[in-house]
Amino acid sequence: MRMLINVPETVVADALRGLAAAHPELNVDVEKRVIVRRDAPVPGQVALVSGGGSGHEPLHGGFVGPGMLAAACPGEIFTSPVPDQMARAAAAVDSGAGVLFIVKNYTGDVLNFDMAAELAEDEGIQVAKVLVDDDVAVTDSLYTAGRRGTGATLFVEKIAGAAAAEGQPLEHVEAVGRRVNDNSRSFGVALSACTTPAKGSPTFDLPDGELELGIGIHGEPGRERRPMMTSGEIADFAVDVILEDLPPRAPVLVLVNGMGATPLLELYGFNAEVQRVLRERGVAVARTLVGNYVTSLDMAGASVTLCQVDEELLRLWDAPVKTPALRWGM
Amino acid sequence: MLDADFFRRWMTTAAASVGREAERLTALDSAIGDADHGSNLRRGFTAVATALEKETPNTPGGVLILAGRQLISTVGGASGPLYGTLLRRAGKALGDAAEVGEEELAAALRAGVEGVMALGGAAPGDKTMIDALIPAVDALGTGFAAARAAAEEGAAATIPLRARKGRASYLGERSIGHQDPGATSSALLIAALAETAEATEADGE
Repeated sequence: MRMLINVPETVVADALRGLAAAHPELNVDVEKRVIVRRDAPVPGQVALVSGGGSGHEPLHGGFVGPGMLAAACPGEIFTSPVPDQMARAAAAVDSGAGVLFIVKNYTGDVLNFDMAAELAEDEGIQVAKVLVDDDVAVTDSLYTAGRRGTGATLFVEKIAGAAAAEGQPLEHVEAVGRRVNDNSRSFGVALSACTTPAKGSPTFDLPDGELELGIGIHGEPGRERRPMMTSGEIADFAVDVILEDLPPRAPVLVLVNGMGATPLLELYGFNAEVQRVLRERGVAVARTLVGNYVTSLDMAGASVTLCQVDEELLRLWDAPVKTPALRWGM
Repeated sequence: MLDADFFRRWMTTAAASVGREAERLTALDSAIGDADHGSNLRRGFTAVATALEKETPNTPGGVLILAGRQLISTVGGASGPLYGTLLRRAGKALGDAAEVGEEELAAALRAGVEGVMALGGAAPGDKTMIDALIPAVDALGTGFAAARAAAEEGAAATIPLRARKGRASYLGERSIGHQDPGATSSALLIAALAETAEATEADGE
C-alpha cells in the first residue's frame, strides 16, 4: 500500500505540523499533542475539549475554533489520547466557567477521559462529560461495550459549542450535548477496509463484490457482510435501521459522511438516495451536510447520521462557527 | 526474597518480549480489534524501560508504580489505563518494602487484577486480559512456571469465547474463534516474570 508519508512513526506529528502551518489561528503543540484555539481561554465561556484516536480527520482537530471546540487531543492512530493530554488541554482553555469533555463511547476513550477529569478536578477545574454513542449497528447490552460514538460527534461538538459560545453555563451546555446525542443515530457501511500506516495492509479482507454493513470508524469489520448493493439499496437499509431505533417525531439534521476514500461525487449521489428514503418515510429534513468529516483513514464507504432537532437545537446548529473543517456565519 | 532489581529486570524482560511479539499482538488485534495492540504496548514498555534507567526506584513497589504511570501516560487506548492500573495497584500493595516474598507478590498482583476489573468492568469469560491474569495469579502460589503455564492456557482458552468487553465486542458472534490480544499480552507479562525468576535462580540466588 503506497501512502503519502515519511515513516509510519511520525504520521501523527507530521500532520500536526501541517495543521499548525495551515491554521495560525490554532495553537498546536506537536510534542504534547494538544490543539488549542489561540484566543483561549475565552472569558465567561465554557470550553469544550474533545479528542480521540487519529485517523478520523478532520475530527477532532479540524473542529477547533470559535463556536465549536476550544481544544482537541489527538492520540496515536485509532488509539485514544492519554490523560495527560486532556488535563493539559483543560488547563489551557478553562476560563473558570468549566470544561466539557466530549467523549466517544469506546472503552479506551472513556477510561482516559475519566482519568483526565480526575487530574483536572485536582487542579480545581470543573469538568462535565458528554458521552457520544450513536451507532445503531452495535446492540447496547450487557454483552458489548455499548454503542460506538461516530457521526453524531460532529453534531454534539457543533451544537454544544454554540451553546458555550452563547455563554450558557456548564450544566446547560452539558444538557444540550446530551440532548443532541440522545436524538442522534448513525449507521455506516464499508466498501473497502482501511490500512493503518503501522500495519501497511488492510485491517480486514473484503472480497470484490461484497460490502460490510454496520462498520465502526476504526477499521474493525462490521456486523454483517453482504453481496454489493446499489447506493439506493444502501440508503434504504441504513435509514430504515436508524428509524427503527429513532422513530421520527421532528425534523432532522442529516449528515452523509464519507469514510475517507469515497469521492464526493458518490457521496452526493448517496445523499440523493438518503433524501428520497426520508421523503418516502415522511421525515422532514431541516439541514443537510455532505462530506468527509468523521473518517476512517482510507476506508471507502459512508455513514448516515440523523439528529432530531427542536427549535433551540436548530438555532444552535445554524449559529456561527469558524474551524478548519466547518465554518459558516462568521 | 525479591528486590527492586528483580522487578526492574521483570519490566525490562517484559519490554523485550513485547517488542519481539509486537507484530503477533497487532495481527491478533487486527482480526477482532483495530490492529494496534502490539505497537501501543511496545511504545509503552519502551517508555517504561527508559524511565527505569533514568529513575532508579529502590523498592519493588516503586518500580511497579513508576512502570504503571509510564504506561498510563504513553499507551492510550484501553490497554494504557488497564495495564497501568494493574502495575500501579500492585505496586501500591507492595508498599515501601525493600524486598518482598512470592506470597506478597501474588497478593499484590491480585489487588492489581481487582483494580483492572473495577476499572474496565470485565469479568472472567468476557474474552479479555482478565482471562489470562486470574488463572496466573491463582497459580502463582505453586510457582512462577505454573503461573506462566496458567496464563498461556488462559489466553488460548479465549479463542472460543464471544467478546463482551472492548472493541471486539462490537463483532458479536464474529469475535469467536480468535485469541484475545489483551489476554495474549497478559500472558507475555507473566511469562516475563517467570523468565526473570528462572534467570535469578540460574544466577545462584
